[in-house]
Amino acid sequence: MSAEFVQLSLTPMIVGVLAAIACALPGNFLLLRRQALIGDAISHVVLPGIVVAFLVTGTVTAWPMMIGAGLAALVSVAMIEGIKRLGRIEPGAAMGVVFTTLFAAGVVLLEQSDTSGVHLDVEHALYGNLESLIWFDAEGWASLLDPVALAGLPPQILRLAVILVLTLALLGLFWKELAISTFDPGFAQAVGIPVRAIGFGLVMAAAIAAVASFDAVGSIIVIAMFVCPPAAARLMTNSLGHQIGWSVFFAASAAIVGYIAAGYGPIWLGGVHAVSAAGMIATVSGLILALCALFGPARNRLSAPSEGQ
Amino acid sequence: MSPLELIADRGKVIAEAPSAEPMAVRGLTVSYGEKPAVFSVDMAVPEGSMSAIIGPNGAGKSTFLKGSLGIVPKVAGEARFFGKPLDRVRGRVAYVPQRASVDWDFPARVIDVVMMGLYRQIGLFRPFGKSNRSQAIDCLERVGMAEFAQRQIGQLSGGQQQRVFLARALAQNADLYLLDEPFAGVDMATESAIVSVLKGLKSEGRTVVAVHHDLTTVRSYFDRVALINVRKLAEGPTDTTFTSEALQETYGGRLADTQLATLQQANG
Repeated sequence: MSAEFVQLSLTPMIVGVLAAIACALPGNFLLLRRQALIGDAISHVVLPGIVVAFLVTGTVTAWPMMIGAGLAALVSVAMIEGIKRLGRIEPGAAMGVVFTTLFAAGVVLLEQSDTSGVHLDVEHALYGNLESLIWFDAEGWASLLDPVALAGLPPQILRLAVILVLTLALLGLFWKELAISTFDPGFAQAVGIPVRAIGFGLVMAAAIAAVASFDAVGSIIVIAMFVCPPAAARLMTNSLGHQIGWSVFFAASAAIVGYIAAGYGPIWLGGVHAVSAAGMIATVSGLILALCALFGPARNRLSAPSEGQ
Repeated sequence: MSPLELIADRGKVIAEAPSAEPMAVRGLTVSYGEKPAVFSVDMAVPEGSMSAIIGPNGAGKSTFLKGSLGIVPKVAGEARFFGKPLDRVRGRVAYVPQRASVDWDFPARVIDVVMMGLYRQIGLFRPFGKSNRSQAIDCLERVGMAEFAQRQIGQLSGGQQQRVFLARALAQNADLYLLDEPFAGVDMATESAIVSVLKGLKSEGRTVVAVHHDLTTVRSYFDRVALINVRKLAEGPTDTTFTSEALQETYGGRLADTQLATLQQANG
């Protein structure tokens, strides 16, 4: 049982946890800047990026896909900014226009190109392939200490771990700048914080997390993790640092509980087939948000009246 | 310091315009669309003065401050602080934005916001420390808010929020304070607390510039005024500049005679 768990379930769970946290971290700041939809936009435009990368290189290996997706994310951010300025419309509308159009273009492109020989389809883009990230070389818990077995770990783990460590390092280094420019951009600019660069860096961190997670877990989890854990965490505390801590905890819990519920839940309930882990993880993150909205200690916030007396 | 260093130091000061005003703006023009919000405004703020920027709604008063500080891009013009471009003297300039310009639901306590004023003192890559905390408490004490240090900022009244903003500016320990509508929507107690803090800054030789909208208090609070309605219409000592004629011009004749009469009475 435990050997089977390590071989089949441990690695997908770790990948799920890493992806969830990598997306939730920048999600906190996007949420506070009322840019939560940016995560949504980025995770959608990853699809056309990947299809174009496939058409250019003819393969579905990781790096061309990541670069294609990253470029698509950059293009979408530039398009959102451009539409916002030229059309003088609110950011949410600009994002909505860009990501639906680009995602639709990606679907059409995918249908028109010959991808029959490779593992690339819309379903994969949405749900990812979490369940398939098994650890062939594992024979039990002892394999965690066996270098030969460790070398056979799915590459997604290392990739996501590196990105997560980088995100944490940047968060720590630029904590003051992020906090100040998110709360009061005018003041931040006056004290000399490069507000635009910080904002751009934040969106890039989100894009990198989205692109790296996308390959492993699909866009449903990415979209959910940008928004649900930070939103739930905001309902738990009134401190920015604690909010980030809670969001990491919620993201990891959703990944673990969601994966177990998807893999074993239906069997415990007498069913035969497991359900989609990505779908279940996203659902659990939504349930956590619902619970926090009902019982979170910081949910009844008194916003000061605009004309206070 | 050795005599040689002193001479070198003196030489440097002389080379960089010795009598530079805390704030000198020339020809500032800012536009949000095709119509300029601020058009070719000049302003010179003498050291140790307390100036009000006055004008009707939409006259570009806030935009003038933001344009001077480079927070909104300018079409033309130049702003110098203490004779230098802002980038070289940021530590000497404190800016207090309009209270309503930020989201007070942000997850922060009062002390967290005040510590933001220590940003330049702390510098890049270093966390806020214990000594920063006590500095922030000192600043809160000066605005009568020390007991609220641990309070979530969204739970404060408008006047308390404005005092927190002022405490953050005090933490910057600047020589020039630029405040955007510091008395908007605050209670009487807060207004007099803020005025006494600002007058205290002035008595220490620091310079205060505030966007102000209550014409009845101009004379008692400020020794200089600048009247702005997209263009600058008048600037100078309150006694000689804050006149009925200048106000009528600034407000485009929209002030009723009775309003002006009340003003004259209020101002003695």
